[in-house]
Amino acid sequence: MSERIRIVVFLAVATGFAALLLWGLIGLPAFGQYQGPYGDVINAVAVPERHLTNMASAVNFDYRAFDTLGEEYILFAAVTGLALLLRQARGEIEEAPRGAADDRPVPPPSDALRWLGLIAAGVTNLFGLYIVIHAHLTPGGGFQGGAILGTACLIVFLSLGYASYRRVSPKVPIQFGESVGAGAYALIGIGTVLAGGAFLQNLLPLGQTGKLFSAGTVPVINFAVGVEVAGGFVLMFTEFLKETRRIISHR
Amino acid sequence: MIVLQAVAFGFVAVGATVVVLTRDPLRQVLAFAVYGLFLTILFLFLQAPDVALSELAIGTAALPLILLVTLAKLREAQHE
Repeated sequence: MSERIRIVVFLAVATGFAALLLWGLIGLPAFGQYQGPYGDVINAVAVPERHLTNMASAVNFDYRAFDTLGEEYILFAAVTGLALLLRQARGEIEEAPRGAADDRPVPPPSDALRWLGLIAAGVTNLFGLYIVIHAHLTPGGGFQGGAILGTACLIVFLSLGYASYRRVSPKVPIQFGESVGAGAYALIGIGTVLAGGAFLQNLLPLGQTGKLFSAGTVPVINFAVGVEVAGGFVLMFTEFLKETRRIISHR
Repeated sequence: MIVLQAVAFGFVAVGATVVVLTRDPLRQVLAFAVYGLFLTILFLFLQAPDVALSELAIGTAALPLILLVTLAKLREAQHE
């Protein structure tokens, strides 16, 4: 296809898409004008019904908890597939990457960087735990907190190096956490069915609105999600970071 | 608040354009991480802190790291 034909085809298609986009934009409600009734109903109903103050968690882990179960398993399946694709083949040994000059090792990180990384990793870890635990009270939840906990491990890698990263994230407990977190969500649902309710129905005592132990099953499900997401992210990082090592084939 | 939202929208538009127009993959990843930070600020001003937290952890840290590792691996393969 010559360049001129390509430009003609592009212009024709781009004009069509621009017209469709414009048509869609004209039909949108004005900026900031929310028209769906669902959000207003949740805002009015969730606090008296479920004793929680974060409406996003009310939807994610209670009213539409079944949808979130599917979402969690999307992440679980993605990380499992990644671990399978990047697995270590039999007879492969990994070792530290070498510098551009073969006889000289890569210099270790400076003391300033190590201290900074240590402080940042600690603060990030604490923040992630806070976000996971307070899902029903303040913005955030298991997904966000889990991802933040994962990045805390990344800070360790960036400042202290690969060996320290592997020490703070041993593979077997991480894999265990990821699987148990994913399984616990489904088990909570089966538990509510056995207790005589619907799948993932909020059957635990609701407690006092605004307290840490309140909102029934919401913080329980959320904690399982937090463990699963943190484990999933760290496992994903481990698989990718292993790729930065030199892989030697022994046959 | 409306002024802050307009400024954040402007930064996101500029950031996205820079990401698209950057040709070198390494620079593109770094531009993409900064763009993720702009998006985080926009979500915060649009009063969606849940989404802002997700974007902060995934858009500015996790995804750029994965892309950087991939680029490093590709460069290593080219040298051999």
